[in-house]
Amino acid sequence: MTAWLRKTGASLTLMLVAWLAACSSYTEIPIETPIQPKLDTSAFQRIFIAGFIAGENEDVDANMETVRLLRSQLRNKGLMRVVDADTLPLLEVAKRASGDDDAPPVPDQQAAPAPQDPAKVVINDEKDLEQYQHVFANVAYWKRIGEEYQQPLIVTGAVLFAPQQRSGFVQREQESYDSFGRRMVVPVRTYMERKGFVLRPTFIFIDGRTGETLHTETFREEILYNATQQTPALSSYFELMDRLLPAFLNTLSAQKIKGTRTLLR
Amino acid sequence: MTSRHLALALFLALASAPSAWADARGQAKEQVEFGIQVAQRGLWKEAIYRWERAAQIDPTYAAAFNNLAVAYEHEGQLAKARAAYDKALALDPGNALVRQNYDLFKEINDRVAQKDGR
Repeated sequence: MTAWLRKTGASLTLMLVAWLAACSSYTEIPIETPIQPKLDTSAFQRIFIAGFIAGENEDVDANMETVRLLRSQLRNKGLMRVVDADTLPLLEVAKRASGDDDAPPVPDQQAAPAPQDPAKVVINDEKDLEQYQHVFANVAYWKRIGEEYQQPLIVTGAVLFAPQQRSGFVQREQESYDSFGRRMVVPVRTYMERKGFVLRPTFIFIDGRTGETLHTETFREEILYNATQQTPALSSYFELMDRLLPAFLNTLSAQKIKGTRTLLR
Repeated sequence: MTSRHLALALFLALASAPSAWADARGQAKEQVEFGIQVAQRGLWKEAIYRWERAAQIDPTYAAAFNNLAVAYEHEGQLAKARAAYDKALALDPGNALVRQNYDLFKEINDRVAQKDGR
Protein backbone atom coordinates (compact mmCIF):
# COMPACT_ATOMS: atom_id res chain seq x y z
CA MET A 1 0.00 0.00 0.00
CA THR A 2 2.80 2.38 0.99
CA ALA A 3 4.70 1.48 -2.21
CA TRP A 4 1.57 2.12 -4.28
CA LEU A 5 1.13 5.50 -2.58
CA ARG A 6 4.77 6.39 -3.16
CA LYS A 7 4.51 5.38 -6.84
CA THR A 8 1.33 7.37 -7.33
CA GLY A 9 2.86 10.35 -5.55
CA ALA A 10 5.92 10.25 -7.79
CA SER A 11 3.77 10.03 -10.93
CA LEU A 12 1.66 12.94 -9.78
CA THR A 13 4.76 15.00 -9.06
CA LEU A 14 6.11 14.25 -12.54
CA MET A 15 2.81 15.19 -14.12
CA LEU A 16 2.73 18.39 -12.11
CA VAL A 17 6.25 19.30 -13.20
CA ALA A 18 5.35 18.58 -16.84
CA TRP A 19 2.17 20.62 -16.53
CA LEU A 20 4.02 23.52 -14.92
CA ALA A 21 6.65 23.42 -17.66
CA ALA A 22 3.91 23.56 -20.31
CA CYS A 23 2.20 26.42 -18.52
CA SER A 24 5.39 28.37 -17.98
CA SER A 25 5.55 31.55 -20.03
CA TYR A 26 9.03 30.89 -21.34
CA THR A 27 11.39 28.13 -22.35
CA GLU A 28 15.13 28.05 -22.86
CA ILE A 29 16.58 26.74 -26.09
CA PRO A 30 20.15 26.18 -27.28
CA ILE A 31 21.10 27.95 -30.50
CA GLU A 32 24.14 28.00 -32.79
CA THR A 33 24.70 31.23 -34.65
CA PRO A 34 26.70 30.75 -37.85
CA ILE A 35 29.24 33.47 -38.55
CA GLN A 36 30.53 33.72 -42.09
CA PRO A 37 34.31 33.88 -42.65
CA LYS A 38 35.83 37.23 -43.41
CA LEU A 39 38.11 35.92 -46.14
CA ASP A 40 37.23 33.83 -49.14
CA THR A 41 39.99 31.24 -49.04
CA SER A 42 38.59 28.99 -51.77
CA ALA A 43 41.47 29.94 -54.10
CA PHE A 44 44.07 28.57 -51.67
CA GLN A 45 44.90 24.99 -50.96
CA ARG A 46 47.80 25.75 -48.66
CA ILE A 47 48.43 28.12 -45.81
CA PHE A 48 51.84 29.25 -44.65
CA ILE A 49 52.23 30.73 -41.19
CA ALA A 50 55.38 32.58 -42.14
CA GLY A 51 56.36 34.09 -38.81
CA PHE A 52 55.84 37.27 -36.87
CA ILE A 53 57.83 40.27 -35.84
CA ALA A 54 58.02 40.04 -32.09
CA GLY A 55 60.23 41.46 -29.42
CA GLU A 56 62.60 39.36 -27.43
CA ASN A 57 61.09 38.22 -24.21
CA GLU A 58 63.10 36.25 -21.68
CA ASP A 59 60.28 33.82 -20.98
CA VAL A 60 58.26 33.64 -24.18
CA ASP A 61 59.37 33.63 -27.79
CA ALA A 62 56.15 35.17 -29.06
CA ASN A 63 57.09 34.56 -32.69
CA MET A 64 57.77 30.85 -32.34
CA GLU A 65 54.93 30.19 -29.94
CA THR A 66 52.42 31.97 -32.17
CA VAL A 67 53.63 30.10 -35.25
CA ARG A 68 53.42 26.76 -33.44
CA LEU A 69 50.00 27.48 -32.00
CA LEU A 70 48.41 28.71 -35.23
CA ARG A 71 49.86 25.87 -37.28
CA SER A 72 48.55 23.26 -34.86
CA GLN A 73 45.11 24.92 -34.69
CA LEU A 74 44.87 25.04 -38.47
CA ARG A 75 46.01 21.43 -38.79
CA ASN A 76 43.32 20.38 -36.31
CA LYS A 77 40.69 22.28 -38.25
CA GLY A 78 41.85 20.78 -41.55
CA LEU A 79 40.89 23.91 -43.44
CA MET A 80 43.89 23.95 -45.75
CA ARG A 81 47.17 22.13 -46.00
CA VAL A 82 49.54 23.78 -43.53
CA VAL A 83 53.00 24.41 -44.99
CA ASP A 84 55.58 23.00 -42.61
CA ALA A 85 58.62 25.17 -43.24
CA ASP A 86 61.03 27.25 -41.21
CA THR A 87 59.72 30.61 -40.16
CA LEU A 88 61.00 33.62 -42.06
CA PRO A 89 63.60 35.82 -40.35
CA LEU A 90 61.39 38.87 -40.68
CA LEU A 91 63.35 41.11 -38.35
CA GLU A 92 66.50 40.58 -40.34
CA VAL A 93 64.65 40.96 -43.62
CA ALA A 94 63.20 44.23 -42.40
CA LYS A 95 66.61 45.52 -41.38
CA ARG A 96 68.50 44.58 -44.54
CA ALA A 97 69.63 47.27 -46.95
CA SER A 98 67.17 48.09 -49.70
CA GLY A 99 69.78 47.36 -52.43
CA ASP A 100 69.68 43.64 -51.65
CA ASP A 101 67.44 41.63 -53.99
CA ASP A 102 66.19 39.46 -51.14
CA ALA A 103 65.26 42.32 -48.93
CA PRO A 104 62.30 44.61 -49.07
CA PRO A 105 63.04 48.30 -49.53
CA VAL A 106 62.95 50.40 -46.41
CA PRO A 107 60.84 53.40 -47.37
CA ASP A 108 61.47 55.72 -44.48
CA GLN A 109 64.78 54.91 -42.88
CA GLN A 110 65.39 58.48 -41.83
CA ALA A 111 62.23 58.67 -39.83
CA ALA A 112 62.44 55.24 -38.31
CA PRO A 113 65.93 53.81 -38.18
CA ALA A 114 66.07 50.12 -37.37
CA PRO A 115 68.40 48.97 -34.58
CA GLN A 116 71.86 47.97 -35.80
CA ASP A 117 72.44 44.85 -33.75
CA PRO A 118 70.01 42.08 -34.73
CA ALA A 119 70.76 40.22 -31.53
CA LYS A 120 69.45 43.06 -29.38
CA VAL A 121 65.98 43.82 -30.55
CA VAL A 122 63.83 45.52 -28.00
CA ILE A 123 60.15 45.72 -28.76
CA ASN A 124 58.18 46.92 -25.80
CA ASP A 125 55.30 48.71 -27.40
CA GLU A 126 53.49 49.50 -30.62
CA LYS A 127 55.96 52.28 -31.45
CA ASP A 128 58.87 49.85 -31.39
CA LEU A 129 56.99 47.61 -33.81
CA GLU A 130 56.21 50.38 -36.26
CA GLN A 131 59.72 50.57 -37.68
CA TYR A 132 59.38 47.02 -39.03
CA GLN A 133 55.91 47.32 -40.52
CA HIS A 134 57.19 48.15 -44.02
CA VAL A 135 58.20 44.53 -44.58
CA PHE A 136 54.55 43.52 -44.89
CA ALA A 137 53.93 45.94 -47.73
CA ASN A 138 56.72 44.55 -49.90
CA VAL A 139 54.69 42.86 -52.62
CA ALA A 140 57.70 41.51 -54.55
CA TYR A 141 59.13 39.85 -51.47
CA TRP A 142 55.89 38.11 -50.54
CA LYS A 143 55.21 37.09 -54.13
CA ARG A 144 58.59 35.38 -54.21
CA ILE A 145 57.84 33.62 -50.91
CA GLY A 146 54.51 32.57 -52.41
CA GLU A 147 56.23 31.07 -55.46
CA GLU A 148 58.59 29.17 -53.21
CA TYR A 149 55.73 27.51 -51.30
CA GLN A 150 53.27 26.89 -54.15
CA GLN A 151 51.27 30.07 -53.77
CA PRO A 152 49.71 29.62 -50.37
CA LEU A 153 47.74 32.03 -48.27
CA ILE A 154 50.48 33.61 -46.16
CA VAL A 155 49.85 34.63 -42.58
CA THR A 156 52.32 36.99 -40.99
CA GLY A 157 52.24 40.11 -38.84
CA ALA A 158 53.51 41.30 -35.50
CA VAL A 159 53.00 40.02 -31.98
CA LEU A 160 53.53 42.22 -28.98
CA PHE A 161 53.58 40.33 -25.72
CA ALA A 162 54.73 42.50 -22.89
CA PRO A 163 54.48 42.64 -19.12
CA GLN A 164 52.41 45.39 -17.60
CA GLN A 165 51.75 46.79 -14.17
CA ARG A 166 48.76 48.71 -12.99
CA SER A 167 47.52 50.01 -9.71
CA GLY A 168 44.15 51.32 -8.70
CA PHE A 169 40.90 50.52 -6.98
CA VAL A 170 39.35 47.16 -7.72
CA GLN A 171 36.11 45.68 -6.48
CA ARG A 172 36.30 42.28 -4.83
CA GLU A 173 33.96 40.21 -2.74
CA GLN A 174 34.65 39.84 0.97
CA GLU A 175 33.19 37.09 3.08
CA SER A 176 31.84 37.93 6.54
CA TYR A 177 29.55 36.40 9.18
CA ASP A 178 26.81 38.20 11.07
CA SER A 179 25.93 37.74 14.76
CA PHE A 180 23.78 34.70 13.87
CA GLY A 181 26.70 33.05 12.13
CA ARG A 182 25.24 33.53 8.68
CA ARG A 183 27.69 33.88 5.84
CA MET A 184 27.53 37.08 3.82
CA VAL A 185 29.47 38.26 0.81
CA VAL A 186 29.85 42.00 0.43
CA PRO A 187 31.58 43.92 -2.36
CA VAL A 188 34.60 45.86 -1.13
CA ARG A 189 36.69 48.38 -3.08
CA THR A 190 40.38 48.10 -2.36
CA TYR A 191 43.51 49.66 -3.75
CA MET A 192 45.67 47.02 -5.42
CA GLU A 193 48.95 46.75 -7.19
CA ARG A 194 48.47 44.38 -10.09
CA LYS A 195 50.74 42.99 -12.74
CA GLY A 196 50.19 40.89 -15.78
CA PHE A 197 50.65 40.83 -19.52
CA VAL A 198 49.27 42.42 -22.62
CA LEU A 199 49.06 40.57 -25.92
CA ARG A 200 48.55 42.58 -29.08
CA PRO A 201 48.89 40.52 -32.25
CA THR A 202 48.34 41.87 -35.73
CA PHE A 203 47.59 39.17 -38.26
CA ILE A 204 48.27 40.02 -41.89
CA PHE A 205 46.89 37.72 -44.58
CA ILE A 206 48.84 37.90 -47.82
CA ASP A 207 47.93 36.42 -51.19
CA GLY A 208 50.88 34.16 -52.10
CA ARG A 209 50.05 34.52 -55.81
CA THR A 210 50.33 38.29 -55.93
CA GLY A 211 52.14 39.24 -52.71
CA GLU A 212 49.35 41.65 -51.83
CA THR A 213 47.76 42.03 -48.43
CA LEU A 214 44.23 40.66 -48.40
CA HIS A 215 43.24 41.37 -44.85
CA THR A 216 44.65 42.72 -41.60
CA GLU A 217 43.33 42.15 -38.12
CA THR A 218 44.57 43.45 -34.80
CA PHE A 219 43.53 42.12 -31.43
CA ARG A 220 44.30 43.21 -27.91
CA GLU A 221 43.93 41.12 -24.81
CA GLU A 222 45.31 41.69 -21.36
CA ILE A 223 45.41 39.88 -18.07
CA LEU A 224 46.18 41.22 -14.61
CA TYR A 225 46.97 39.37 -11.42
CA ASN A 226 47.51 40.34 -7.83
CA ALA A 227 51.11 41.62 -7.57
CA THR A 228 52.02 38.82 -5.16
CA GLN A 229 50.82 36.10 -7.52
CA GLN A 230 53.49 34.39 -9.57
CA THR A 231 52.06 33.34 -12.91
CA PRO A 232 54.43 32.06 -15.61
CA ALA A 233 54.54 34.28 -18.67
CA LEU A 234 54.01 31.31 -21.00
CA SER A 235 50.75 30.29 -19.34
CA SER A 236 49.52 33.89 -19.53
CA TYR A 237 50.46 33.97 -23.20
CA PHE A 238 48.40 30.83 -23.90
CA GLU A 239 45.49 32.10 -21.85
CA LEU A 240 45.40 35.32 -23.86
CA MET A 241 45.83 33.54 -27.20
CA ASP A 242 43.03 31.19 -26.25
CA ARG A 243 40.68 34.17 -26.04
CA LEU A 244 41.38 35.43 -29.53
CA LEU A 245 41.86 32.18 -31.42
CA PRO A 246 38.16 31.78 -32.33
CA ALA A 247 38.21 35.23 -33.93
CA PHE A 248 41.40 34.37 -35.84
CA LEU A 249 39.94 31.10 -37.10
CA ASN A 250 36.72 32.85 -38.05
CA THR A 251 38.69 34.91 -40.55
CA LEU A 252 39.35 31.71 -42.49
CA SER A 253 36.30 29.57 -41.86
CA ALA A 254 32.69 29.81 -40.82
CA GLN A 255 32.12 29.32 -37.14
CA LYS A 256 29.14 28.54 -35.02
CA ILE A 257 28.74 30.38 -31.78
CA LYS A 258 26.83 28.31 -29.26
CA GLY A 259 24.47 29.97 -26.82
CA THR A 260 21.14 29.77 -25.07
CA ARG A 261 18.13 32.01 -25.66
CA THR A 262 14.70 32.29 -24.13
CA LEU A 263 11.57 31.68 -26.17
CA LEU A 264 8.41 33.35 -24.92
CA ARG A 265 4.81 32.21 -25.05
CA MET B 1 -32.59 57.76 -36.88
CA THR B 2 -29.25 57.94 -38.63
CA SER B 3 -27.48 59.13 -35.53
CA ARG B 4 -29.07 56.34 -33.54
CA HIS B 5 -27.83 53.81 -36.09
CA LEU B 6 -24.41 55.33 -35.99
CA ALA B 7 -24.30 55.16 -32.19
CA LEU B 8 -25.40 51.55 -32.30
CA ALA B 9 -22.76 50.66 -34.88
CA LEU B 10 -20.11 52.41 -32.81
CA PHE B 11 -21.23 50.59 -29.69
CA LEU B 12 -21.13 47.23 -31.45
CA ALA B 13 -17.72 47.96 -32.90
CA LEU B 14 -16.34 48.96 -29.50
CA ALA B 15 -17.96 45.98 -27.81
CA SER B 16 -16.58 43.50 -30.31
CA ALA B 17 -13.05 44.99 -30.43
CA PRO B 18 -11.75 43.27 -27.28
CA SER B 19 -13.07 39.91 -28.41
CA ALA B 20 -11.53 40.35 -31.87
CA TRP B 21 -8.26 41.24 -30.18
CA ALA B 22 -8.57 38.22 -27.93
CA ASP B 23 -9.24 36.04 -30.98
CA ALA B 24 -6.16 37.38 -32.75
CA ARG B 25 -4.03 36.90 -29.65
CA GLY B 26 -5.40 33.38 -29.21
CA GLN B 27 -4.56 32.44 -32.80
CA ALA B 28 -1.14 34.04 -32.54
CA LYS B 29 -0.48 32.14 -29.31
CA GLU B 30 -1.31 28.87 -31.05
CA GLN B 31 1.21 29.67 -33.78
CA VAL B 32 3.83 30.68 -31.19
CA GLU B 33 3.30 27.49 -29.20
CA PHE B 34 3.57 25.33 -32.31
CA GLY B 35 6.70 27.26 -33.31
CA ILE B 36 8.28 26.51 -29.94
CA GLN B 37 7.53 22.81 -30.31
CA VAL B 38 9.10 22.55 -33.77
CA ALA B 39 12.09 24.70 -32.78
CA GLN B 40 12.76 22.29 -29.92
CA ARG B 41 12.91 19.52 -32.54
CA GLY B 42 15.38 21.54 -34.59
CA LEU B 43 12.91 22.54 -37.32
CA TRP B 44 13.84 26.21 -37.29
CA LYS B 45 12.53 27.06 -40.77
CA GLU B 46 9.06 25.85 -39.78
CA ALA B 47 9.38 27.76 -36.50
CA ILE B 48 10.19 30.95 -38.41
CA TYR B 49 7.10 30.42 -40.58
CA ARG B 50 4.91 29.96 -37.51
CA TRP B 51 6.27 32.98 -35.66
CA GLU B 52 6.01 35.16 -38.76
CA ARG B 53 2.37 34.11 -39.01
CA ALA B 54 1.88 34.94 -35.32
CA ALA B 55 3.41 38.38 -35.84
CA GLN B 56 1.10 38.97 -38.82
CA ILE B 57 -1.99 37.87 -36.92
CA ASP B 58 -1.14 39.96 -33.87
CA PRO B 59 1.48 42.65 -34.57
CA THR B 60 1.41 43.69 -30.89
CA TYR B 61 2.54 40.27 -29.61
CA ALA B 62 6.07 40.81 -28.32
CA ALA B 63 6.71 37.09 -27.75
CA ALA B 64 6.29 36.36 -31.47
CA PHE B 65 8.92 38.95 -32.37
CA ASN B 66 11.28 37.77 -29.64
CA ASN B 67 11.05 34.18 -30.86
CA LEU B 68 11.47 35.27 -34.46
CA ALA B 69 14.63 37.15 -33.46
CA VAL B 70 16.02 34.02 -31.79
CA ALA B 71 15.27 31.96 -34.89
CA TYR B 72 16.88 34.49 -37.21
CA GLU B 73 19.95 34.45 -34.96
CA HIS B 74 20.10 30.69 -35.25
CA GLU B 75 19.91 31.01 -39.04
CA GLY B 76 22.67 33.64 -39.11
CA GLN B 77 20.34 36.38 -40.35
CA LEU B 78 21.64 38.96 -37.94
CA ALA B 79 20.08 42.07 -39.50
CA LYS B 80 16.63 40.49 -39.37
CA ALA B 81 17.27 39.31 -35.81
CA ARG B 82 18.14 42.85 -34.71
CA ALA B 83 14.98 44.26 -36.30
CA ALA B 84 12.84 41.62 -34.60
CA TYR B 85 14.46 42.23 -31.20
CA ASP B 86 13.95 45.98 -31.65
CA LYS B 87 10.28 45.37 -32.36
CA ALA B 88 9.89 43.03 -29.37
CA LEU B 89 11.53 45.55 -27.06
CA ALA B 90 9.42 48.40 -28.44
CA LEU B 91 6.28 46.36 -27.70
CA ASP B 92 7.43 45.18 -24.27
CA PRO B 93 10.24 47.44 -23.04
CA GLY B 94 10.20 46.09 -19.50
CA ASN B 95 10.61 42.44 -20.44
CA ALA B 96 13.86 41.29 -18.84
CA LEU B 97 13.97 38.05 -20.85
CA VAL B 98 13.80 39.86 -24.19
CA ARG B 99 16.45 42.30 -22.94
CA GLN B 100 18.69 39.41 -21.89
CA ASN B 101 18.31 37.75 -25.32
CA TYR B 102 19.07 41.05 -26.99
CA ASP B 103 22.20 41.64 -24.90
CA LEU B 104 23.51 38.18 -25.79
CA PHE B 105 22.71 38.78 -29.44
CA LYS B 106 24.49 42.14 -29.37
CA GLU B 107 27.71 40.52 -28.19
CA ILE B 108 27.79 38.36 -31.31
CA ASN B 109 26.54 41.07 -33.62
CA ASP B 110 29.11 43.58 -32.38
CA ARG B 111 31.88 41.04 -32.89
CA VAL B 112 30.80 40.47 -36.48
CA ALA B 113 30.43 44.20 -37.08
CA GLN B 114 33.92 44.81 -35.69
CA LYS B 115 35.27 42.05 -37.90
CA ASP B 116 33.66 43.62 -40.94
CA GLY B 117 35.09 47.01 -40.01
CA ARG B 118 31.59 48.42 -39.83
